[in-house]
Amino acid sequence: MSLVSTVPAQDAAAGTGRRERIAAVVQRSGAYIVLLLMVIVSSFAFDSFATTGNAQNIAIQSSFLAIVALGMTFVILSGGIDLSVGSVFALGGVLAAYGIRWGSLAALLLPLLVCGAIGLLNGVLVAYGRLAPFIVTLATLLGARGLLLVITDEGSITRIIPSDSLLVRAAQGSFLGLGWPVWIAVGLFALGALVLQRTRTGRSVLAIGGSRDAALLMGLPVARRTMLLYLASGLLAGLAGALAAAYSGSGVTIVGVGLELDAIAAVVIGGTLLTGGAGTIGGTLCGVLLLRVIQNVINQIGTLGSSYQSVVSGGFLVVVVVIQAYLSREQRL
Amino acid sequence: MAEAVARRTVDTATARRWLRDNGVYAAVVLLLVYNLAFTANFATVSNVTTQLVQVAPVVIVALGMAMVIGTEGVDLSVGSVMAIAAALLPLYLGYGLVAGVVTALLAGAVAGLLNGVLVAVVRIQPIVATLALLVGGRGLAIVLVDGQIKDIRNDALLSFGSGDAAGIPYVVWLAAVLSIAVGLLVRYTTFGRRLVAVGDNRSASALAGLPVRRVLIVTYVLSGLLAAVAGIVATARLTASDPSSIGNLYELSAITAVVVGGTSLSGGRVRILGTVMGALLIQLIRATLIKNDLPDSIAQLVQAAIIVLAVYAQRERRAGAA
Repeated sequence: MSLVSTVPAQDAAAGTGRRERIAAVVQRSGAYIVLLLMVIVSSFAFDSFATTGNAQNIAIQSSFLAIVALGMTFVILSGGIDLSVGSVFALGGVLAAYGIRWGSLAALLLPLLVCGAIGLLNGVLVAYGRLAPFIVTLATLLGARGLLLVITDEGSITRIIPSDSLLVRAAQGSFLGLGWPVWIAVGLFALGALVLQRTRTGRSVLAIGGSRDAALLMGLPVARRTMLLYLASGLLAGLAGALAAAYSGSGVTIVGVGLELDAIAAVVIGGTLLTGGAGTIGGTLCGVLLLRVIQNVINQIGTLGSSYQSVVSGGFLVVVVVIQAYLSREQRL
Repeated sequence: MAEAVARRTVDTATARRWLRDNGVYAAVVLLLVYNLAFTANFATVSNVTTQLVQVAPVVIVALGMAMVIGTEGVDLSVGSVMAIAAALLPLYLGYGLVAGVVTALLAGAVAGLLNGVLVAVVRIQPIVATLALLVGGRGLAIVLVDGQIKDIRNDALLSFGSGDAAGIPYVVWLAAVLSIAVGLLVRYTTFGRRLVAVGDNRSASALAGLPVRRVLIVTYVLSGLLAAVAGIVATARLTASDPSSIGNLYELSAITAVVVGGTSLSGGRVRILGTVMGALLIQLIRATLIKNDLPDSIAQLVQAAIIVLAVYAQRERRAGAA
């Protein structure tokens, strides 16, 4: 600041204005630009990257994480965090495989019911109990995995979902070349964006994330909204788990470990501030795609083990949050 | 009427505060009494030793976590840092025990430095700053050893893992000594007082002229170092370095131990003895359930419930601060 003040006032204002605009553009579109560059470079670097089959593959791989990340986006926008989604995702898958004995509808409803209940529990404890979201969802992370172990006889049973069931056919089927899970994810994102941008509920989420106290003083139903967000996050994670289990044909107990981190990473890379109050749904979708493209490229390279994937994702996350930190400071000035 | 209500509020507040400050000790004592009375084969030397050896790495990690949480932060990377230390150990043991251990410790310190700089200088939320290393660290550890499990062929390290002095395993001695050292550090040194002050009110500490950044960075470096020590301990116990499993979910166990032990998540209070007791309590609950033929899954559910209860007991302080 002291440096700036020695420059004539007009220039200083213009300089800050330009830097602010650049900051805003990078903040809003940074992830899109990086994704675009990566796709272009990968297309030239690997013959097998820019093929229809590979694109379909990336799309389906992205869809499950995307559905989880959608719920996470709303929770983070409100200034919270949901660490339980990975466990809830796995639980959803196992419950779908467990419920298939009563038909495909039950196989879908059972995970939604139980995972919704876990989300609701998170919401009640955070919104009405005023407990720290981080620690509440940490507890349900453990609890959901415990529940999962109970259902699977300490993880020794892998339940198969019969391939002729409606659920599996729906999850493995496709429409216009894209799998149904992809369409479901796209539909949910469109709905999410609509809710966030165009409804009172969506705007109040941003208000709560911006300043909880101010939202309270404005007379917004802060606790009820907050509770709903965690409920939605649980439901979406359960749905994604059920779909993933149906897609792979079995409810595997070991899936979803670390998925919460992928989801948080996608949200952050997509430009949503972890402090809440600012961010977009589209950015999250872009973040998810970016993570999956990285994964895909590492698979394409072939000689690199899958462990590099987490190294690259982690490094990427650091770069993004550091840039974010500097940009948000720029905007504050 | 109003007076009665007021008194009752005071009473619940007092009860809560008592629960917060002494709940973990009471729970440990109750569980011990229950086990001594009802659980077969509990009060044997071998059982007590087994339990203590199992809890030792958790305690070591939780000591660092307690300090970090005391600064109103959190270190999610400790499990991955354990894995990195475990991966580096066999790679450098060829140059001697000292080279292996020093390299592993250095890696822990560097990891802590990275976390500390991100939190203190770049001013990123601790949960995100350390998340990056949690995601990347384990991958890095696996890459370091080419995804293989490497046997430890160093006699000194192996005998440290399995040996004992005066009937107590070396590993337990180490955890005890470190606990006392960290306890003294927090309570009786300038650094310790500054750590608590920074956790209590960062901006006030900065205004009072405390070296806030340095305190934060040193705290994360210590956490990284302790995680590396735990990684070495786990490797020595296992007699092999398996970076894909060592330290897995240790961040959760450590955070649980710290929170159950009465350290406030909102910073400004560090309880080292409580943390050690918190780790013991979780281990005791597991042991109690398993020895009474209840599966591990139930132990996990109980652990989850205990975390929520412990944080609920702390809630009053947050409400008072608001």
